[in-house]
Amino acid sequence: MAETIKVGMADLNICVPPDLITTLGLGSCVGIAIRDPHNGIGGLAHIMLPDSQAISNNSNLPKFADTGIEELVRRIVAKGGHRSRLVSKIAGGAQMFASMGGGDMARIGERNIEASKKKLKEMRIPILAQDCGLNYGRTVIFNPATGDFKIRAVGKPEKSI
Amino acid sequence: MSGFNLQKMSNEYYDVLKELGNIGAGNATTALAQMMDTKIDMSVPKVMLLEFYELGDMIGGEEQIMAGISLAVDGDITGSIMFLLKREAAKHLMNQLMPGMGDAESEDFNDMELSALKEVGNIIAGAYLNSLASITNLLIYPSVPDLAIDMAGAILSMPAIQFGAIGDHILLIQTQFVDKELIEGYFILLPDIDSYSRILGSLGIDINTN
Repeated sequence: MAETIKVGMADLNICVPPDLITTLGLGSCVGIAIRDPHNGIGGLAHIMLPDSQAISNNSNLPKFADTGIEELVRRIVAKGGHRSRLVSKIAGGAQMFASMGGGDMARIGERNIEASKKKLKEMRIPILAQDCGLNYGRTVIFNPATGDFKIRAVGKPEKSI
Repeated sequence: MSGFNLQKMSNEYYDVLKELGNIGAGNATTALAQMMDTKIDMSVPKVMLLEFYELGDMIGGEEQIMAGISLAVDGDITGSIMFLLKREAAKHLMNQLMPGMGDAESEDFNDMELSALKEVGNIIAGAYLNSLASITNLLIYPSVPDLAIDMAGAILSMPAIQFGAIGDHILLIQTQFVDKELIEGYFILLPDIDSYSRILGSLGIDINTN
C-alpha cells in the first residue's frame, strides 16, 4: 500500500516508489522535488529562506535553499539515487501579500526561487518543470516513480507538471 | 539585542504575554461583535513557541482556506498582527455587514467585499493594538491592511519566514473566537523577537537580568 509522506515547513525527506511525497500550503517557501528517473528514488524539500550564509543561526539544513538542496541530494544518493542522473521540479515562491513593504522580505518568494535555481544549476541538476511566483499558495504532491508533480491551488484546477 | 532567547522564556513571561493577548483580543472581539451585532466568545489566549512544521496544525491544517488580513506593526515595537477567518466565516461576515452588496451565492469575493474585509481587519486589529499600546505605553503604528484568501499554510509562511531568518521557532500569541453560528477565526500577534523584551520591559520586567 502506497503511503504519502508529509514534509513540513523547513523540512525535507526522501521517498521511494510506490510512496508519494507531499508538502501542503507552500506560500513564499519553495518546494524542490528531485529524483533519479532510473530507479525512482527521490525526495522533496520545503525551504523557507534563500541563503544559509546570510545568517549566523544556520544549523537547520532544510530551512535554506542552498543547504536544503545539498542535504536532499546527499540523502537521495545515500539511498541509492545516482548523482549524475538526478533531475528536479520546483514550485512555490509566491508573494502572499501585495504590500509587505519594499524590503528584502517583500521579495522573499522571488529570492527563494532564484536561490533554488542557482543551487540546482551549480549542482548540474536540470529543472524539468516549474510552477513558481505569482500570488497564491500551492500544495504539491510528488511521485518519484513517474516524476509527476501535482500542484493544487485554491480556486484553480489541479495540474501536473 | 543581547541574550534574549525564545527557548529561555519563563512561564512568568508567558503569563504576562497571555494577559496582554487577553486584553488585546478582548477589545478586538468586542469591536467585531459590535460590528456584527452578535455575541462572540473568545478562548483564553495561547502563547506558543512552535517549530515551523507545527504552524499549520495550529489553525486547522495547512490547507484550510482562510481569509488572512495582515498589518505590519511599527513604532516602539515591530512585527505583525494577523486576523484570520475561515473563508465561509468571512463570507458570512460580509453578507451580514453589507447585505445585497456582495455576491452571496458565490464563494468568491467581489471587489467590494475584498475592500470591506480589509477594513474590518483594520478596525479589529486597530482595537487590539490600541489596547496593547495603552497598557504598555509603547507607540504602536499599524500599516495599511493587506489581504490574502488562501491556504492557511501559505498565508502563515510570511511570518514564519520572518522568524526563520532569526531562529528555528516562531513565538506567537493566539486567540480563537467563535460565535454561535459561523464565525470562527483567530487573532495572531507576532512581535519580532526584539520586541518581546520591549513589551515585557514596558511592564517593568527586565528579561535580560534573569
